[in-house]
Amino acid sequence: MSTTDYAVRPVPQIIAHEVHKPRETKKWVDWVTTTDHKKIGIMYMVTTFVFFILGGVEALLMRVQLGVPNNTLISAEHYNQLLTIHGTTMIFLFVVPIMAGFGNYFVPLMIGARDMAFPRLNALSYWLLLFGGIVFYFTLFFRPPEAGWWSYPPLSEALYSPSAGQDAWIFLIHITGISSLVGAINFYATIVNMRAPGMSWGRLPLFVWSILIYAVLLIVALPVVAAAVTMLLTDRHFGTHFFDPTNHGSPVLWQHLFWFFGHPEVYIMILPGFGIISEVIPVFSRKPIFGYKAIAAATSVIAFLAVLVWAHHMFASPVPVVVLGFFMLSSFLIGVPTGVKIFNWIATLWRGSLVMTASLYYAVGFIAIFVIGGITGIFLAIFPVDWQLNDTYFVVAHFHYVLMGGAVFTIFAGIYYWFPKMTGRLLNERAGKVSFWIMFIGFNMTFFVQHALGLSGMPRRIYTYQPGLGWSTYNLISTIGSFILSAGILVTVINIAHSFKHGRIAGPDPWKANTLEWFTTSPPPVNNFDAIPRVRSVEPMRDIRRQVERSTGVTQKTGGSERFARV
Amino acid sequence: MLASLALAPGAFANFLTPKSGGSPNADSIAELYKLVLYIAAFVFLVVELTLLYSVYKFRAKKGAVAAQIHGNTRLEIGWTVAAGLILVVLTVITFIKLPSIINPPNSDPKGLVLSASTTEPSPPNGRKLTICVTGRQYIWRYTYGAACQQNPFTTKLPYSYQQMVAPANTTVVLVIQSTDVIHSWWIPSMGGKVDAVPGYTTYTWFKAPYAGAIYHGQCAQLCGRNHAAMTALVKVVSPTDYQAWIQQQTAAINAANQQVIQLRRVLTATGNL
Ligand code: HEM
Ligand SMILES: [Cu+2]
Ligand SMILES: [Cu+2]
Repeated sequence: MSTTDYAVRPVPQIIAHEVHKPRETKKWVDWVTTTDHKKIGIMYMVTTFVFFILGGVEALLMRVQLGVPNNTLISAEHYNQLLTIHGTTMIFLFVVPIMAGFGNYFVPLMIGARDMAFPRLNALSYWLLLFGGIVFYFTLFFRPPEAGWWSYPPLSEALYSPSAGQDAWIFLIHITGISSLVGAINFYATIVNMRAPGMSWGRLPLFVWSILIYAVLLIVALPVVAAAVTMLLTDRHFGTHFFDPTNHGSPVLWQHLFWFFGHPEVYIMILPGFGIISEVIPVFSRKPIFGYKAIAAATSVIAFLAVLVWAHHMFASPVPVVVLGFFMLSSFLIGVPTGVKIFNWIATLWRGSLVMTASLYYAVGFIAIFVIGGITGIFLAIFPVDWQLNDTYFVVAHFHYVLMGGAVFTIFAGIYYWFPKMTGRLLNERAGKVSFWIMFIGFNMTFFVQHALGLSGMPRRIYTYQPGLGWSTYNLISTIGSFILSAGILVTVINIAHSFKHGRIAGPDPWKANTLEWFTTSPPPVNNFDAIPRVRSVEPMRDIRRQVERSTGVTQKTGGSERFARV
Repeated sequence: MLASLALAPGAFANFLTPKSGGSPNADSIAELYKLVLYIAAFVFLVVELTLLYSVYKFRAKKGAVAAQIHGNTRLEIGWTVAAGLILVVLTVITFIKLPSIINPPNSDPKGLVLSASTTEPSPPNGRKLTICVTGRQYIWRYTYGAACQQNPFTTKLPYSYQQMVAPANTTVVLVIQSTDVIHSWWIPSMGGKVDAVPGYTTYTWFKAPYAGAIYHGQCAQLCGRNHAAMTALVKVVSPTDYQAWIQQQTAAINAANQQVIQLRRVLTATGNL
């Protein structure tokens, strides 16, 4: 039985034809020259996942070094390099671009388009990303940068960081920045212009909403960091003194510019994840999303406020107290729409009929973890409290709760949800749940104790510490946890590798989902849809299913979802 | 005894609250933190328990049908306002606590007797001890006395490295500077951290209650390879001991300077310099 077997095709399925020209080229040439949003999406996801694994290995090396006090396994120099590469990789080469990967693959499908607005620009943004990553990782063979992912001058100036690694970091920001910017413009143009007939803004899937806002935030924030790193580059090589205090420059200027980008960046990383959750939860609750408008509005409000909170990263810098007060209040404000989203997700689960798939496990696990990251964020927003917590392991715990436990868990929810669409095969559900539990336990073990480490006075970014300060036990727990977490991730990696060839055939709509990507075959043909249905609600696929059921009088058996529903 | 108490090297030190006890501002921050913690714990429990309950209660069962609800504006407004109110409460308690965190109090009567100065943040009666803290890769330098702000390296004031000595019951204002990259001054038990940014001068203060205590801290801003080694100790002594130590330190520095001068003279005379 294959996915193109018409006889078992569920009735709502519209037959989509492959429009390949007969293949003369080799397969890899096909991939390298493709402008198909789905192939580009897959290349994005595979590339970024490789970077995730690399970043993970760097993290484990750091955790091993910190496992016991006075460890001499990794030198201070190498620790700072690992730290910088890990942070930079995870942000610029993993979370931000993998969301672009999901967006690439699913935005056109969800809005009923046949490709992105600018397919060749789309290929460019992928290849720039890969190129930027390679430039950056090449420094491993020379001198990697060591000034941390925010590269504060004067430390990152030529006097204190003379190695070319710092310049490679600057180029990474530039190249991946152009890649994201080009991609963002493409998303914006696609979503604004290419929606299916009837898909008004009020019927746009929430994932697509989140990618739209992601794109807007990238367009707003990236030029600022591009300017900042250019200034750093000219400071380093061409005799300017923007950030050099010995020549009337100001290190604080860099902090303002960097965080004006840096805070929107964290929402750039998490909003698409919110979008994935807003798709997964209603599907597996068998319920419409609770408060569609509230969630879409919250996404927009978050984006607006995201550019008004940057100085909460600078509470210990020379900034007047009134300014600190302002940024505390604006950071509080951004908690409100974030809270609203969490309440709406829980309300969607409430009185649903929950189909406990691995994807839903990750989605619920995400909410449970993200609540903690959100709450610790409020602690950090209170500037007098932040004077104690800033630059300690409390902050490391906080941002891993929102990035690792937050963004990464949403990515895993998305992988388990959409893998069948991308490959035509289901991932193994049991292995998915095992992976989830190992990751959940390992994650909390690694990062929960880090709150306590910060409270006991351990600053971040130190490569070792003395015994007798009350930090050793927590650090050991954290290191052991990080290996458990990695084992959990490994289970999913194996699951993906195995299911790719041997997974159960998914059929077009294994989950009885709501959005248009499930209307076509799995994987979709090059042109996505032969005919594009008229959209009448936020859940077009559900409407179609219902319509067919009404006209035929039979409950639709769709590619195996009954197996998960067990009803 | 007190010193070992202050270091508190228990295996599970400070699981839920920041360090304090070395100065009223640290105590105030810890109190504020605890108030926030109670509210946070409440919100945490409500949200997580609701989540757990709904995942437990509403699993797909035979015959169960999902309620087809699209939303509820009243509820939506309700939780938005509730979240807003919690934040208003947090704002109010923060601003109530703030003065005790940023404004130094007067020294105690048994503290060091000091003269007034108007050039720095000051306690109400203006009497304080000024110590300049200068960060550089990878050590802290302390210069004792109000004149230290002019130039800690040329003024002939007593100084020390890594370990600061400070009088108990006395309001000590710290003037924080850096000569190279950004560092961050932080003694957890004695209050929040303050960045030492080259080109800027920042201030903080403490008023240590216990003579005999030693507080540990270290630089909190990545400042290069030896960032982890940039530790700091504050040794609190009685005001009389403090004055004795200052005299002793001044004498020691002068003696060392004399020795260098003599050595230089000898070397110059013998043609070795
Ligand atoms: C596999 C699980 C992970 C582990 C065990 C881990 C561990 C670590 C460690 C040990 C540090 C250094 C802390 C320090 O010395 O201050 C660190 C820093 C960091 N991590 Fe992770 N991490 C993980 C995943 C992630 C993910 C998924 C992201 C982002 C999406 C991320 C983003 C960062 C950032 C931004 C830093 C700060 C780098 C800097 O200070 O410049 N990490 N992580
Ligand atoms: Cu921020
Ligand atoms: Cu440092």
